[in-house]
Amino acid sequence: MILRASLLLTGLCLSMTAFGQHAGVGAPQMEPADNDVGDIASLQRGAKFFVNYCLGCHSAQYVRYNRIAADLGLTEDQLVENLMFTGQRPFDTMDIAMRKEDAVRWFGVAPPDLSLIARSRGVDYLYNFLRGFYRDESTATGANNLWLENTAMPHVLWELQGMRGLVAPEAEAEAAQAHTEFEMVRPGTLAEGEFDVVVRDIVNFLDYIGEPMQLERRALGIRVIAFLLVFLLIAYMLKREIWKDVH
Amino acid sequence: MATSASDVLGRMNRNLSALGAWIDARFPMTKLIKEHATEYYASKNFNFWYGFGVLAMVVLVLQFATGIFLTMSYKPSSEEAFASVEYIMRDVAWGWLIRYLHSTGASAFFIVVYLHMFRAMLYGSYKKPRELVWLIGMAIYLCMMAEGFFGYLLPWGNMSYWGAQVIVSLFGALPVIGEGLAEWIRGDFYISDITLNRFFAFHVIAVPIMLLLLVVVHIMALHEVGSNNPDGIEIKEHKDASGKPIDGVAFHPYHTSKDLVIIIVFLILFSAVMFFAPELGGYFLEHANFEPANTLQTPEHIAPVWYFTPFYAILRAFPSKLGGVTLMALAVLLPIFLPWLDRCRVKSIRYRGWTYKVALFVFASSFLVLGYLGLQPAVGGYTIVALRVFTILYFAFFVLMPFYTLNEKTRPVPTRVTK
Amino acid sequence: MSDNADLARRHFLTAATVITGGVGIVAAAVPFVASFEPSARARALGAPVEVDIGRVEPGSMIKVEYRGRVIMIVRRTPGMLERLNEATAILADPESTESIQPGYASNGYRSRKPEILVVEGVCTHLSCAPIPRFEVAPADLGADWPGGFYCPCHGSKFDLAGRVFRGVPAPTNLTVPPHTYLTEDLLLIGSETGTA
Repeated sequence: MILRASLLLTGLCLSMTAFGQHAGVGAPQMEPADNDVGDIASLQRGAKFFVNYCLGCHSAQYVRYNRIAADLGLTEDQLVENLMFTGQRPFDTMDIAMRKEDAVRWFGVAPPDLSLIARSRGVDYLYNFLRGFYRDESTATGANNLWLENTAMPHVLWELQGMRGLVAPEAEAEAAQAHTEFEMVRPGTLAEGEFDVVVRDIVNFLDYIGEPMQLERRALGIRVIAFLLVFLLIAYMLKREIWKDVH
Repeated sequence: MATSASDVLGRMNRNLSALGAWIDARFPMTKLIKEHATEYYASKNFNFWYGFGVLAMVVLVLQFATGIFLTMSYKPSSEEAFASVEYIMRDVAWGWLIRYLHSTGASAFFIVVYLHMFRAMLYGSYKKPRELVWLIGMAIYLCMMAEGFFGYLLPWGNMSYWGAQVIVSLFGALPVIGEGLAEWIRGDFYISDITLNRFFAFHVIAVPIMLLLLVVVHIMALHEVGSNNPDGIEIKEHKDASGKPIDGVAFHPYHTSKDLVIIIVFLILFSAVMFFAPELGGYFLEHANFEPANTLQTPEHIAPVWYFTPFYAILRAFPSKLGGVTLMALAVLLPIFLPWLDRCRVKSIRYRGWTYKVALFVFASSFLVLGYLGLQPAVGGYTIVALRVFTILYFAFFVLMPFYTLNEKTRPVPTRVTK
Repeated sequence: MSDNADLARRHFLTAATVITGGVGIVAAAVPFVASFEPSARARALGAPVEVDIGRVEPGSMIKVEYRGRVIMIVRRTPGMLERLNEATAILADPESTESIQPGYASNGYRSRKPEILVVEGVCTHLSCAPIPRFEVAPADLGADWPGGFYCPCHGSKFDLAGRVFRGVPAPTNLTVPPHTYLTEDLLLIGSETGTA
């Protein structure tokens, strides 16, 4: 009886703490990124978009170009031709010329290095962030973002996605809805579905550069555990044999 | 006459014996092997709770080995630390594996040690004559907490920085000496490069040496009195004609062969986590720590690593800062007194009264619930109530123990071990 | 105890366990041992160095660093090249049989192009940095000095192809590193194939 009462009390308290948590009221629904780091073609496209749209302001200081080539199946020539425009050499890291002090002066905050952004923010956040820009005349860049209010980042992908405006001003009631309404103010070159694929590719690439060895890690894990299972069997048989003396 | 295989083996054996004799005349090699392995008798009915001691040793060796290799490439300066960890992960051949072994090993160490300590509470392994084994073990636990605390600052991530900031400021809560003490610990007016360098020295040299010494002494103290068992019986009380405990089996080869199986099972579980989920959802490697330390911006919510959260929860249970610190310190230190708080003569939970069973269940649940609560963001509403209730329950386990263990309705303890 | 069949099984299982365990330990040691290899950063920092020699005046020298060692690059004048063939009697190893240089530098000039000398500025005695002394017969080096390199530590002397003189402490000629020309004026030190 005491046991059951204790269990009940524990369960009650645990469930009470759940109510104390706040769901993100006012934030739209986050769609999953659904990227596959094993999809080399996607990574190659993502690398291309990254170098063209992101590397101007964001460094990836821990990422070496030749590592990208090796992991993505590119020859050194393909690497230099498609992904390297600044005179760096293949063994260099993805640093940028913009200095931190200048960046802070121009943007108000230095664009963060993106080497580890997928590990610190998560791919889902990044996927939704890059798709979350909309027109806002009141900001310095003319754009704002659903996921990072008053972000200093301009809508760099506007040519692809187009520029959207909010249907109605953000009222309290509107904010509580899961879905935010947009209207296309200035269309881009891609349809919504196509743009989503582009963003997924970029996010996939960010996922990869966050941890370039993740595929190797999993492959090795399978082999290690397989070996350990065999070892377990042998060791267990030995144990049984030795313990026959006992009892 | 041609030499046969048995001739060669025979000669090898004789040479090895001669070498052994030479060593034995100068060093107690055979004596130690006999005393601590081949003629150290431990009960034959050990269950899986008894595996966590050897697992703790395995993890200790793992942390030493991986730690040494990490130190070869890590740079203990605020300018370079974060980058050096990424250097290890990306540029050093197999650096990622060594790093993940160390980070997973740190969490595994605490899981193993918490279960190891729980075994002592199940079977009364802290009771006479093993009080000293327990005390040394508690010293090891305190060293482990220090080691984890110092080590966590080293990656110089944002959680590293702010976590250290919070914990050091706890010392600042002490009256009169607090501020000076916090400054003395930091070596600076804020957590800085100076703090990082000294925490590095503690983590890599000072505490590991302490740990090694304590582990050796821990095992010596244990072997002096002999291991306990799930029935809480002293097997030395029933010896056969040759002086060997009839319920005991030699550590080698019986327990060594059994421990090998336990070790492999552990390695499988360990590998599953390390190779497939090294971050473990942000509990083993925090998401916020993939951003470098930023003195101007705290992470969304600061929480210590999961193995400290039960105590962190107790810290937050009551509004007074000094009160919280005191309670937290007491919570860590109270288990030291278990051998004397527990007044029941019977060691093993198998034969103890229902009061202890309930109390232990409540304690374990409180510890787990407090751990969960410690991970949650800033308290509010029902969370605060839960925090206080479970803090009280945690303390009640110890404070009331002299009373509810005094006249326990125990069952008769067998004279021989059971299966 | 047990009978013979059991003992054989016991021995077999013990051996199997020990061998499997041994394999596991060796496999586990591999990453640790391999981690000692030069890292990607070391290989990047030690990558072949491109040098633009277009602006090096005839008769002058520039220095670059490759893998922590000084590399001296000299644009030799026709006069310097002539003097290389004259006084070979004073040299210890004029044919460069004992010293280290790539095959294409085993000639009289010890270089791919006669006018460009690429040589390590590391004295083969005890690794001091030799000083360039290109002038002929200066007062302190004597009338026989044809121009070359002089090591201030213990007085070793090398000619304008880095070949060591007789009777000095240094035993061999200066080392020539592998190198190649990407274009007329672009020298790549540390590689013969042109890839970094």
